[in-house]
Amino acid sequence: MQLKTRAVTVALLSSLALAGCASSDEATDSTDAAACAPSDGAVSLTFTSWIPGIEDTVAVWNENNPDIQVTVQTGPNGNGGTYQNFFNQLKAGNAPDLGQIEYDALPNFRVQDGLTDLGACENVMAAQDQFVDWTWNQVSFGEEGSAYAVPQDSGPTALFYRSDLFEENGIAVPTTWAEFADAAEKVRAAGGYITNFSQSDINQFASFVWQADGSWFQNDGENWTVDLTSDASITVADYWQDLIDRDLVSTYPAWTSEWDNAYNSGEVWAWNSAVWGANSIASGAPDTAGNWSVAQSPQWVAGDTAAGNWGGSSTAVFSSSEHPYEAAEFALWLNTSDEALTMLNESANIYPATTAGLELPVLKEGVEFYGDQAIYDVFAAASAEVNPDFTWGPTMTQTYNDVSDGFKAAVSGTGTLAEALEAGQASTIEALKAQSIPVNE
Amino acid sequence: MFSRTGAMLVMGISAVYFLIPIWWLLVASTKDQSQFTNTNPLWFADFSLFQNIADLVAYRDGVFLRWMMNSVLYAGGGALIATLLAAGCGYALAKYRFPGRDLLFNIVLGGVLVPATALALPLFLIFSQISATNTFWSVFLPSLVSPFGVYLTRIYAAASVPDELLEAARLDGSGEVRTFFTVSVRLMFPALVTVFLFQFVAIWNNFFLPLIMLRDETLFPVTLGLYAWNSQVNQIPELRGYVLIGALLSIIPLIITFLFLQRFWRNGLGAGSVK
Repeated sequence: MQLKTRAVTVALLSSLALAGCASSDEATDSTDAAACAPSDGAVSLTFTSWIPGIEDTVAVWNENNPDIQVTVQTGPNGNGGTYQNFFNQLKAGNAPDLGQIEYDALPNFRVQDGLTDLGACENVMAAQDQFVDWTWNQVSFGEEGSAYAVPQDSGPTALFYRSDLFEENGIAVPTTWAEFADAAEKVRAAGGYITNFSQSDINQFASFVWQADGSWFQNDGENWTVDLTSDASITVADYWQDLIDRDLVSTYPAWTSEWDNAYNSGEVWAWNSAVWGANSIASGAPDTAGNWSVAQSPQWVAGDTAAGNWGGSSTAVFSSSEHPYEAAEFALWLNTSDEALTMLNESANIYPATTAGLELPVLKEGVEFYGDQAIYDVFAAASAEVNPDFTWGPTMTQTYNDVSDGFKAAVSGTGTLAEALEAGQASTIEALKAQSIPVNE
Repeated sequence: MFSRTGAMLVMGISAVYFLIPIWWLLVASTKDQSQFTNTNPLWFADFSLFQNIADLVAYRDGVFLRWMMNSVLYAGGGALIATLLAAGCGYALAKYRFPGRDLLFNIVLGGVLVPATALALPLFLIFSQISATNTFWSVFLPSLVSPFGVYLTRIYAAASVPDELLEAARLDGSGEVRTFFTVSVRLMFPALVTVFLFQFVAIWNNFFLPLIMLRDETLFPVTLGLYAWNSQVNQIPELRGYVLIGALLSIIPLIITFLFLQRFWRNGLGAGSVK
């Protein structure tokens, strides 16, 4: 036993030391690899993704590309442990060649030098105009000639609403947020809630801020600016705070049984959510089939067409990959070919990030649950209206946690949403400094 | 009399408190997917338990059964070998005099205090060095050590294996190894059952190590597999039903092991108390 303990200590120390060396080697490697040239001979790649059923899609690629074989690895979703695993693997030098990374986590991998800049890969750069503008901005961080991942899917937002209830009660479907607040009073008088403000989903709140032309972070290539308390952000916070204070919205935690039940029983009438929310409602509120419709999100300024975004991920090539060219080819096929996009949409409701993908036949059909409305047309229109300049910070997990604590307090009546954002602003700046990430104050 | 009623009341409330989630799990597992949200969560609706199990087993070519089998292998095999190792180690510490014995024992005691979670990341880095992550062994090997088991078997061996008996065995010409397996192990059996049980449950529930080590779905233990599904519920809402029914099925081996071994365990505790 004693021997073992010692051996472990020694092995631990040396592995850390070696990991340190390894990562500095990789840094030089990745500059060499920036040439993005094809490798000699057959190549095998590993790809970690948590999209259920993605193996079937990758199998199609493997069949057609005997020289570039891809093995799928899996795990829980990103924040459920896979991101942490990526960081561990990068440290240990055995990261996969490719990984699924959501847009809000990309900056974190970037500041840790975990990503290969695919800017030298001609095919990737040539594909830039196939993607919806704002999704490309998410992976290029606004830099000309760079791409730190290939966009995969997107989550443009629109308003899901119970057309039957709005009609029966003679309430007009709101087209502005001011109308939304008025409608909220009428819905409350009719015994329901117009929507649910989720206390735990900071991402949903971010989509509201995104729609209001706000952004939480900026990066000038060197320094980060934290802007959780920008005017747009505070305007949105005050708006929802007012609805919460007047008991015009319910506040169930999202994705729970109570939450499902609130929609299923007709207690809550509308949800401003992302395209993938269509599936959440259909499976969580089966009794309401046929009664839902989708419209453009309410606007801050009447006549505008702004949309927010909630979610979306990319396929990144890790900096330790020895075959960036082949990895990039695979990532491009996975996220631009009709074949792959159709399969991913069928198996996991992936909503493509390419403009051509938004026109897939499967996304043009009427959806039975929504009274045969062709709901994806609404989202395709919204996708084109998403503000391209929204930027995520490099410590989003911590920011989400801190703001979420404040939101829970606000919902239970102590503090306000705006105060939660102020607290999140301060702790995010602290966190950036603690990691030696340059930040403007 | 009053204190007895009071005690029963407290016990009753505690029992209800702890059993309600299991009751809920049982009830929810029997429901049709569409009935989760619109029926009483604590009472049955349409009974479709068997349909749910069939769906779960059929989903993705029966990957769930594979996970169950993996868990049985990790926990059953791991606990068995860990118990043997702990028995040998504890027995040696109790019955043989050699230099550094106390130091060794103190280090083992120290090991009891280190949570398995804290070791997962260092283990990952070590296994990475020898390219053994994402293998069966990366989860199996670390499960084989049980400092608590060594501690327990040492105490128990000291109390229940008389030196005189060992002397007699030696006089009869039995070697040390043979004595250990034929005489001592039998005397220590109740303690070994306890060690096995603890280690079995610990490995079955150890979630963090597989989470860090494994990437290949076919190697997952059932805890990690269900967790992964649960984290994808936003994307594929129907997974929620599979997670529920899977959670119910995944506790069955634990219950069986407990019921089966409890007999030995109780005997053992009794024997100890008489002594």
